[in-house]
Amino acid sequence: MHDDNHKETYTMDNKTITTKERLAIPRQEMPAQDPNERVRNFKEVNLGYTAELAQQEAMRCIQCKDPVCIKGCPVNIKIDEFIHLVAEGDFLGAARKIKEDNVLPAICGRVCPQEDQCEKECVLSKKHKPVAIGNLERFVADYERETGNVKVPTVKAATGKKVAVIGSGPAGLSCANDLAQMGHEVVVFEALHELGGVLMYGVPEFRLPKEIVQQEIDVLREMGVTFQTDVVVGRSVTIDELIEEDGFHAVFIGVGAGLPWFMGIPGENLVGVLSANEFLTRVNLMKAYDFPESDTPVFDCKGKNVAVFGGGNTAMDAVRTAKRLGAEHAYIVYRRSEAEMPARVEEIHHAKQEGIEFLLLQNPVEFQGDDRHWLTGVKCVKMELGEPDDSGRRRPVAIEGSEYILPIDMAVISIGNGSNPLIKQTTPDIEVSKRETIVVDVNTMATSKENVYAGGDIVTGGATVILAMGAGRTAAKAINEKLMGTAQSYNEW
Amino acid sequence: MFKIVSAQFLAENIKKFEIEAPRIAKKRKAGQFIMLRIGTKGERIPLTIADSNPDKGTITIIAQGAGRTTHELNQKEAGDLIDDIVGPLGTPSHIENFGTAVSIGGGVGTAIAYPTAVALKEAGNHVITINGARSKDMVLLEDEMKSVSDEAYITTDDGSYGFHGFVTQKLQELIDSGKKIDYVLAIGPIPMMKAVADVTRPYGIKTVVSLNPIMVDGTGMCGGCRVTVGDEIKFACVDGPEFDAHLVDFTNLNDRNRIYGKEEAASDESFKHRCHLEGNH
Repeated sequence: MHDDNHKETYTMDNKTITTKERLAIPRQEMPAQDPNERVRNFKEVNLGYTAELAQQEAMRCIQCKDPVCIKGCPVNIKIDEFIHLVAEGDFLGAARKIKEDNVLPAICGRVCPQEDQCEKECVLSKKHKPVAIGNLERFVADYERETGNVKVPTVKAATGKKVAVIGSGPAGLSCANDLAQMGHEVVVFEALHELGGVLMYGVPEFRLPKEIVQQEIDVLREMGVTFQTDVVVGRSVTIDELIEEDGFHAVFIGVGAGLPWFMGIPGENLVGVLSANEFLTRVNLMKAYDFPESDTPVFDCKGKNVAVFGGGNTAMDAVRTAKRLGAEHAYIVYRRSEAEMPARVEEIHHAKQEGIEFLLLQNPVEFQGDDRHWLTGVKCVKMELGEPDDSGRRRPVAIEGSEYILPIDMAVISIGNGSNPLIKQTTPDIEVSKRETIVVDVNTMATSKENVYAGGDIVTGGATVILAMGAGRTAAKAINEKLMGTAQSYNEW
Repeated sequence: MFKIVSAQFLAENIKKFEIEAPRIAKKRKAGQFIMLRIGTKGERIPLTIADSNPDKGTITIIAQGAGRTTHELNQKEAGDLIDDIVGPLGTPSHIENFGTAVSIGGGVGTAIAYPTAVALKEAGNHVITINGARSKDMVLLEDEMKSVSDEAYITTDDGSYGFHGFVTQKLQELIDSGKKIDYVLAIGPIPMMKAVADVTRPYGIKTVVSLNPIMVDGTGMCGGCRVTVGDEIKFACVDGPEFDAHLVDFTNLNDRNRIYGKEEAASDESFKHRCHLEGNH
């Protein structure tokens, strides 16, 4: 369809708009809560496009014959087609078009790093700002949900096959969605007491309202997917037991990267040094922002100095959470420069608006405490950028004699996660890499163990929601083919 | 939801619960624990599994009212429901025939020492138990401990029952009597475990303690439970909760457990106040 879509002119409300006119439309800014207001609440920062803003923004898309934006999307959403529908005012049609490729658009519209994916490829970005594809994705998904038009996908006749999905994060949810649609019986096992994985315990409410995640899960329930919380696969039950005793025909492992890394510097076990996982889980999952109404406490940040070490989205989430909990100074300490930060540009922008202080090109070398062993400060060394390293980013090098003490009361370590060893320990026939991630065939996400598949951060190491989602869908397709006897050996290709 | 099958106080403020949790009952081994969350606004707390009955599909836990959640838990009765119980978590106790094994339980730690004492007995050890309490009415699981012991001792701080003194004094007495001890397991308050480690260290007796650091998820995700063991940082929830007592940095554990002291006390107070208002004791 999109072959005919590229038009020199465009008709809207009986007006004809030329490409030139479209290019003259400025990128529509996302309305957001005032920074001074939002640092005092946990409500979502972005307020979302209105229909008018969405249509204006959609008009900016020049409907390229070769829509390169699609190549930038890990799940190849038909971006040009959905944006065309938005421009025409068919928001529900646009939502359904996205859902052909992405089952969680309301979530991805909020958390995808669009500037490194679809929007990076947008041809407009050479001379103008790229089309706000993420904002439009979010708008149509919200529109569909808020107008009560979310359709529960049709489920095919039962195949009699049973699949266990381990983990209810983005990989597990998308895998469960596709398998259920294909007519398989799907049981999702979750270790925590709430469903949603990192979307619930990790990403804060101010960036991704939990209600949205729960509504996506409700749709899966309506499709017949069953969920069992409080089950730690590897402890409560093993993968072998799921297959041999519980009669599952296949298993998908989407347990995420679950073991926080620490820096291994002196003083890291002082009172007041936490992982980002702990800090965010307390606040998001256990609702510690509402203490003592909720029973779980969190470090009292009021009037304190808090430093978050790292430059990713989790670091931004943690530092902005500390600010909202009343921190006087909330610092990001990052050893490279802003250009190397893995966080989404929007999160960095929002953090700055909220008064987060960025201490760039600085590296902690030692935490210091008082006689009660409570944290009082961190010794940092200043860095400069040297030659590029393996990741292609310029390697930070310490500047001799530049050490100084930053007084802080709480330190949050946000430098990434390793793999939880439980599955490996209890299912030794699943091959893992040196980094302890699960090894898979990337075409099928099949592991070295028959009928066991894996995807998401447990395979890639810490990555993005959309990649995990894509992996879940790839696995679902392969599981379906295997179970229904239509699988082809990729080695024969 | 997990149903409480039976509940009774063993001593003042210490209550034993048998709870339906068939999956955990089937898998559980000595030394492992559960994470428990009473209701929607509840916190997740770790509790060691004292016993299990795979046929009945039940586990036994013993809780001492120490903070908000344990006080709330101890108001629960048979028939009440617990929202969430997950487990069995942690690495099971390392059990082998060491020869002569001493299992020391201090206070509610006895509930945790008991299942490991059972396993040590089953492995063929000569099992000595030292069961310490403040006073006679606080002695836990006396009959159970006796039933798995070749030698069973009770110590009370006030001398109201058994040996008058601390568990460490009884242990020292056994060592001084020339008894060859091959293995010591000590579970109880941090000062007690540290004291036991100090007693056995000069003799090089292999000594294991079960640690109780702060945890949120209990599966390795939060890192709140990290403890210093020798030169290494370990996660008690996945690497433990049992560690070599001679390598554990007890001071660090004690410090880290105090991080939420102020908040926990306030939360406990507000809970007690609410109970008082509701006339629900």
